[in-house]
Amino acid sequence: MGQSTIDVEAVRKEFPVINHTDLAYLDNSATVQKPQCVLDAVTHYYQTENANPFRGLYDLSVAATDAYEDARQKVADFIHAPKKQDIIFTRNASESLNLVAYSMGRYLKIGKGDEILVSIAEHHSNMLPWRMLAQETGATVRYLNCGKDGSLTADDLKAAMTPNTRIVAIAEVSNVLGRVWPIAEFAKICHEQGAIIVVDGAQSVPHTKVDVTAMDCDFFAFSGHKMYAPMGIGVLYGKSEWLNKMPPFMTGGETIDIVTTDRIVWAEVPHRFEAGTVNVGGAVGLAAAIDFMQELGLDQIEARELELTTYAMERLKAIPHVNIIGADEPENHHGIIAFSIDGVHPHDITTILSENHIAVRAGHHCAEPLHHYLGVPSTTRASLTFYNTREEIDRLADTVGQIRKEMGYDE
Amino acid sequence: MNNRTFYNEVLTEHNLHPAHKHELADANMTCEGLNPSCGDDIWVHLDVDDNGIIQKGAFEGDGCAISQASADMMFDLIIGKTKEEALRLADLFLKMIKEGHLSDEEMEELEEAASLQDIAHMPARVKCAVLGWHTLKEMLTGEADQDNPQPVSTEND
Repeated sequence: MGQSTIDVEAVRKEFPVINHTDLAYLDNSATVQKPQCVLDAVTHYYQTENANPFRGLYDLSVAATDAYEDARQKVADFIHAPKKQDIIFTRNASESLNLVAYSMGRYLKIGKGDEILVSIAEHHSNMLPWRMLAQETGATVRYLNCGKDGSLTADDLKAAMTPNTRIVAIAEVSNVLGRVWPIAEFAKICHEQGAIIVVDGAQSVPHTKVDVTAMDCDFFAFSGHKMYAPMGIGVLYGKSEWLNKMPPFMTGGETIDIVTTDRIVWAEVPHRFEAGTVNVGGAVGLAAAIDFMQELGLDQIEARELELTTYAMERLKAIPHVNIIGADEPENHHGIIAFSIDGVHPHDITTILSENHIAVRAGHHCAEPLHHYLGVPSTTRASLTFYNTREEIDRLADTVGQIRKEMGYDE
Repeated sequence: MNNRTFYNEVLTEHNLHPAHKHELADANMTCEGLNPSCGDDIWVHLDVDDNGIIQKGAFEGDGCAISQASADMMFDLIIGKTKEEALRLADLFLKMIKEGHLSDEEMEELEEAASLQDIAHMPARVKCAVLGWHTLKEMLTGEADQDNPQPVSTEND
């Protein structure tokens, strides 16, 4: 990977929040700031094309329908899905994963004796839906443990799977460790053993190229708001062989072809899974965000983020009493650096950083079992994206270096 | 570091060297308090005599500096007081954090705990500061049932 050629100063000018505050915004894994072009696309939709899609027989409703379906095609192309009907719009990755657990769980008739294998590092969004499914059906959730550095290999997966494993739920990039896992290899193993693989892509899509066809996953979920689109729009990709057979998750308007008092015929995919009036503005914003990312170039984004991660890890590692969670190598962090400081609670770290106008996250990052597994009560997480600067990282590291002193320690 | 404020010496001293953080073998009232969103967890122990006077008190658990220091300051204030006086102090403290100010006389009553006044302007940390006090109040008002102990939570405050 070569050096990034992104003109950071120019790119920062496109983000209104960054321009109107002196905050070093280092909480990008939680959500990213939105560029003006995305805000403009959403506004333009509401100013010129807004109507309830699918239902109207007038031009404006057709325009809204086209805007929404064009966005669906753009998403399909972006993640290399075979066709746009494989893309279901949801509110966010959490909803996408709940949809799979509910509908696919029913279609597969998951029950007693079946096992669902969930990585220990999963965000609660890709863990709790499976726990609920298991509670309701008598199935068992088992955990796939990674190394303390976040490593997870094909052999680890093979060892954890049993003949009863029917579903494997795993993130492509962990939201705490930042490590990317070899999903294509995992998918092959799952399929050889008759299991499906459900991938949480919330932390990978914003930062690295994704090809769901090459990966051969059964389902892939992500959120728009972590990739420069508005909050409230998310995506579920699914293989059509499953989507066409699954029952709906939520039902209501637009999910049906025929309803009589004694008969229901569900609508075609994807509409079967998009109950009620959909978020056209959000989908339009997501399409604009994809354009924005592609103009910068995914390779460029990745190169820039690796440069920043490398620098941030160098600076933080040089500070006594600072411990970085996960791997030593920046290549295995994807902009996500969770850390602890000996003797200082993460909430205090984060408050002191906040007093110095630096935004990071503290807590379990919705991955409490991973924290128990790693033996850390909670962590502070700085997460970077291409618009961050070395100067912001310096502010982070300089402040982190003072925190123990501020908390009353001699050194 | 351009904006030194909140973590003053009083707070950090109580956090690093809490006088009241230990077991209390002869406690006759005990209650657990939780901050589900933070993961903070505190146990408040009291030894209350027949006249309703708090003879001894201590806390245990895990939490950030604000929660730990605030609890330690609380015990400085309430040991030796009656349950009613302790409850009044808890109400004063909770009012200070909720409304951001008290009268000068009321502030004096809270002694060192009054130094936590500025938390009122830090919404993300309010739950940390009130955890010990909230737990104490639930215990003393009898809302935390001693025969059927359940952790009290700051979640719905």
